[in-house]
Amino acid sequence: MNLRAVGTIYHFELARAWRTLLQSLVSPVISTSLYFVVFGAAIGSRIQEVEGVSYGAFIVPGLIMLMLLTQSVSNASFGIFFPKFTGTIYEVLSAPVSYLEIVLGYVGAAATKSLILGLIILVTASFFVPLRIDHPFWMLLFLALTALTFSLLGFIIGIWAEGFEKLQLVPLLIITPLTFLGGSFYSIDMLPPVWQTVTLFNPVVYLVSGFRWSFYGISDVSVGASLLMILVFLSLCLALVGWIFKTGYNIKP
Amino acid sequence: MSHDIADATATDTRPAARAHTLQATPSVIAVQGLTKRYASGFEALKRIDLDIQRGEIFALLGPNGAGKTTLISIICGLVNASDGQVRVNGHDIVTDYRAAREQIGLVPQELTSDAFATVWNTVSFSRGLFGKRADSAHIERVLRSLSLWDKRRNKMITLSGGMKRRVLIAKALAHEPQILFLDEPTAGVDVELRRDMWDVVRQLRDQGVTVILTTHYIEEAEEMADRIGVINDGEIVLVEEKAALMRQLGRKRLRLDLQTPLAAIPETLAHYPLSLADDGNVLVYTYAASANEYSTPASISALLNDIEAAGVHFKDLHTEQSSLEEIFVNLVRKDA
Repeated sequence: MNLRAVGTIYHFELARAWRTLLQSLVSPVISTSLYFVVFGAAIGSRIQEVEGVSYGAFIVPGLIMLMLLTQSVSNASFGIFFPKFTGTIYEVLSAPVSYLEIVLGYVGAAATKSLILGLIILVTASFFVPLRIDHPFWMLLFLALTALTFSLLGFIIGIWAEGFEKLQLVPLLIITPLTFLGGSFYSIDMLPPVWQTVTLFNPVVYLVSGFRWSFYGISDVSVGASLLMILVFLSLCLALVGWIFKTGYNIKP
Repeated sequence: MSHDIADATATDTRPAARAHTLQATPSVIAVQGLTKRYASGFEALKRIDLDIQRGEIFALLGPNGAGKTTLISIICGLVNASDGQVRVNGHDIVTDYRAAREQIGLVPQELTSDAFATVWNTVSFSRGLFGKRADSAHIERVLRSLSLWDKRRNKMITLSGGMKRRVLIAKALAHEPQILFLDEPTAGVDVELRRDMWDVVRQLRDQGVTVILTTHYIEEAEEMADRIGVINDGEIVLVEEKAALMRQLGRKRLRLDLQTPLAAIPETLAHYPLSLADDGNVLVYTYAASANEYSTPASISALLNDIEAAGVHFKDLHTEQSSLEEIFVNLVRKDA
């Protein structure tokens, strides 16, 4: 295992985040803060408690998930798309580095960034609403697994995309709608019965539900189902990444 | 960039001696039956066989689209081969890719770089990628040898094209490779920088690095290479030691149009490499083009004196020379 290469890619990618600190960290924090002001304070004050939790506090796990998902995908997709776009990928491909090591470097860095971001948003949230975390270990586990899974998805998108349009397409058309409809801002119980069933096909529902459970002990679906769902999704992404490198799809003709 | 005279003379006298040692050493890169077919059905390489000797400078000549870059890309791991095998110091590039790639440095044709990284960081990144321990002394040596030391804190985006090209070379040398691939190293580079690059390549060769460069400048191959390979339309058309090639190709012919045709070459001229052409109307003398290497400048005047003495009179004379470029164009045309 060429651990030094993994570390080199990892540090280079994180250094890129520091160079672009404003986009990487500051802007998601600002936009999340705006959600809290609008949904938590302005609208939330008129909404009754959800299962004993104030609405402002109720949406915190969902908001963190929303940011985690979109940031993981955009960080990781850009991280691998950019060298492909500029041509600097030649160096990684010609180095004595295995595919697993390439993925570890790029996806690891992207997941780390979103994990840090998630924690920063959590701290930011604590300034706006009273928070409590019932299961800190599970909270961190859900955070880490989600960051990893969606960074892998981002990596896949970055390889698949041939231009900047495609790079934006999946986050815009799939990730954001799924997250908004994934129970970030509401409990599934609030939906009409038909939509409650439809919503169960949305993988994000399981993530948000499990993550929220780690905070307040309340969930839409069972924690086991949440964990299973994220592991299934993780395996799917891993399989897809494996296939990409096996075939050289869009990366090695 | 410094390049002392002792170095230059050492390189000039080298090829002949080198030729002997090269034959004894096993090839550092062995390409066998290498084929590349793209999904479109286009065959970029057609069963290429090629051996690169340790420590030589090998120039791969060929027109645009001949397959030069595809060949390099497969050896370096950027492109998958459809068929065939490549071994680098005995290591298969697919099954034993780590050992193979560790020894190779690649300078690509395109000036690609991470625009916002500094020279120092991007060169250090390359070293880390190859799994080598950080070594600032080595990076400093590389940067100094390429006149990049003053630019080490500059971001890539602020550098000129020529400087970027140097950084790409520095990146390729960061992990101390045994084999260096230079894909069109002097394309779009001004004359001065081109000479600098040639010096750097020679210095590397003197340190024992095997250098494979692709070019479509004949001058470059003539100036640099120990051996020359010509590739066209996905096939290796010719591989030859440059000295031998120059001997073969660098022949000059002196043609004398005679006043009266000769039936045979007179006895007194028999020791010259002479022949008759055009029904005895033309006397042809073949000799080496480069006087100081293959013949003495005195021989032509001696020949002319002897012809005069033999009572042969000519009304006109002219010389012809086939250059590397001419042969190259002929090779490539014949194939096309």
